[in-house]
Amino acid sequence: MNEVIGLAPWLVGFPLIGAAILLLGGRATDRWGHWLGVAASAASGAVAFILMFRMIGTPAEDRSVDHHLWTWLSAGNLDVDLGIRLDPLSMTFVMLVTFVGTLIHIYSVAYMDHDPDRRRFFAYLNLFVAAMLTLVLANSYLLLFVGWEGVGLASYLLIGFWDTGRPSARENAVAAKKAFVMNRIGDMGLIAAMALLFAHAGALDFGTALSEDSVGTMSQATATAIGLCLLLAACGKSAQFPLQAWLGDAMAGPTPVSALIHAATMVTAGVYLMVRSGAILEAAPTAQLVVVLVGAVTLLFGAIVGCAKDDIKKALAASTMSQIGYMMLAAGLGPAGYAFAIFHLLTHGFFKAGLFLGAGSVMHAMGDQTDMRRFGGLSRFLPITWITMGLGWLAILGIPPFSGFWSKDGIIEAAFIPVEGQPWRAWVFGTVAVLGAAITAFYMTRLFFMTFGGRRPRWTENQHPHEGSPLMWWPLVFLGVGSAALGLVLGIGGTFTTWLEPVTGHAEHHEPVLPVPVIITATLVVVVLGALLAFRMYAVNLVPEEAPRGSVLTRAARKDLYQDAANETLVMKPGYGLARVVQVGDRDVVDRGWSVLPQAVSWFGGVFRKAQTGYVRSYAAGMAGGVLVIAVVVWLVVGLGGAQ
Amino acid sequence: MDITNYVVLAAVLFAIGATTVLLRRNAIVVFMGVELMLNATNLAFVTFARMHGDLTGQVLAFFVMVVAAAEVVVGLAIIVTIFRTRRSASVDDVNLLKG
Repeated sequence: MNEVIGLAPWLVGFPLIGAAILLLGGRATDRWGHWLGVAASAASGAVAFILMFRMIGTPAEDRSVDHHLWTWLSAGNLDVDLGIRLDPLSMTFVMLVTFVGTLIHIYSVAYMDHDPDRRRFFAYLNLFVAAMLTLVLANSYLLLFVGWEGVGLASYLLIGFWDTGRPSARENAVAAKKAFVMNRIGDMGLIAAMALLFAHAGALDFGTALSEDSVGTMSQATATAIGLCLLLAACGKSAQFPLQAWLGDAMAGPTPVSALIHAATMVTAGVYLMVRSGAILEAAPTAQLVVVLVGAVTLLFGAIVGCAKDDIKKALAASTMSQIGYMMLAAGLGPAGYAFAIFHLLTHGFFKAGLFLGAGSVMHAMGDQTDMRRFGGLSRFLPITWITMGLGWLAILGIPPFSGFWSKDGIIEAAFIPVEGQPWRAWVFGTVAVLGAAITAFYMTRLFFMTFGGRRPRWTENQHPHEGSPLMWWPLVFLGVGSAALGLVLGIGGTFTTWLEPVTGHAEHHEPVLPVPVIITATLVVVVLGALLAFRMYAVNLVPEEAPRGSVLTRAARKDLYQDAANETLVMKPGYGLARVVQVGDRDVVDRGWSVLPQAVSWFGGVFRKAQTGYVRSYAAGMAGGVLVIAVVVWLVVGLGGAQ
Repeated sequence: MDITNYVVLAAVLFAIGATTVLLRRNAIVVFMGVELMLNATNLAFVTFARMHGDLTGQVLAFFVMVVAAAEVVVGLAIIVTIFRTRRSASVDDVNLLKG
């Protein structure tokens, strides 16, 4: 491991240099800029493969390597070092980010073909990849935070990429700002967590801060506070309840951006943070319970919203929210869940990237139409997209042997593992996870058949759908194969769990409250039922072109369960009110109060100012008069005194 | 001769100088008034030096002369400059510094 660790900085270096060249080079790089972007990402991927093979060939206990790069700052007894930590967890992320990221880069070359700003787009994509790799490779919370902010910046730039010259330009810009601001709330949590951690451990590198010495001496209250602050950070970045509102709007960006945000980068960062900080969470059972709760709520929230959305991208966005909810739930379950959280993240990265790029391919074919009610019957015209999205669909449903089955089933089983002293937890969270799987089956089947199924196309006029260029469908094929096979390859015999063990620790085997075969069967049954229901409603029956009014729940779900209204009422309006009070208070109380003093001085000065006439002779008269007065006084005092 | 006469003469000269300063507008004349006041003071110094048989007053008179000479140089330069820019030597025209 040690002889190739020197290569690790290049993982970040290649895409960062790519972004720098494309941004600084400007228009001069327009002609070949996109290929430079692809090359930078691919080079990073090649380095990742080298490191990966080296790591596989290393004994498990030697796989975690900290590589010191340089000292950031050194003051007194405080040393802030920059370093890279390469271990199975970060390696998994590096592989996912570079591999899926490169596929998305290649896809974007064709997808953004007609965009005059394609080079800038690739610069941002490279920046995004570089930031995400910084985040996962960092060996301290401080450097992780640099990547964390970098990811936030890149997502802001990409979500608002089409912020000029389009009818939706303003909306896109607002969506970007919304994502940025909501992420900022999470960032505050990370800063607070770092401050607490620094106050306790005196260092922010994982080696010290998460060591037995540090976490073992932590009081319950400190651990809970740090855990909750970290959770807030993760909620912001991973679009978890209650900071989930930005994710749907983030669909304003070009589709490859959505794929990148949802599959490889950005939203996975929160799960990474949770798993990386596992030691702290384990010391704080309350925080762990909150993590599981947040995961469970988001899981259902996203799934319900996904059922009502007619916009293919927004339905997929809701689905991401829900799937990340699964990962959070698993991350809150302790060592038994970590491996499955990351495993699901990995398989999700593949099938969600495939689904998003597939959706992009459909939109490309249908002239940027996103309303699924205007699709239908596309399987004959877009066979490759149909098959690859089909693989992704089966994977997210969790049908064996597709990849989602291996990871999601692991999470559901882990959710059913009883927690000592709280017997309700296993039942509640297990049921929620199974229920979520059923709803997932419903909305994904709905999405799939509304797009590809149906006997009668509901297209708008003059549409001639056709597959895009090979640059677009080759990445789909890779991702489709990944969605199909990845779970089988890594899941069988617990290969992936063993791989992550050096980081997540060995999980004691616990029996779930129900026998495992029962859980698997029950899950599969509800999944198939959900899928059949959707098949009946959206493939057998005709889909109306206009959305029917729907039940109360449907109407609420269409409006994202009123998340924006709730945010406005609970946060925005009180915030405005507070700002107004402060503003008026500042102007009328503080400002006016303090102005009294200078006004008094000014008035007092005005009285004496009148004496300054500007006439030299009057000054002279004043002096002469003054001398006269003094003389008279002296004469009176001394003269009369002397006379006595 | 009674020494009081010298003191009275100095007082009269000083009063004439002060009156000139207060009443005349022409800067040159005002300046002459100032000179008159200075020399009245010198006369008083010398008189008192004689009266007390002490040279301190005479020494002071020399100091006043030196200062007066320097003052004339600076003062006349100012007056000439003002006259060049304003075409007037009236002290009442120079009132920009009023409050």
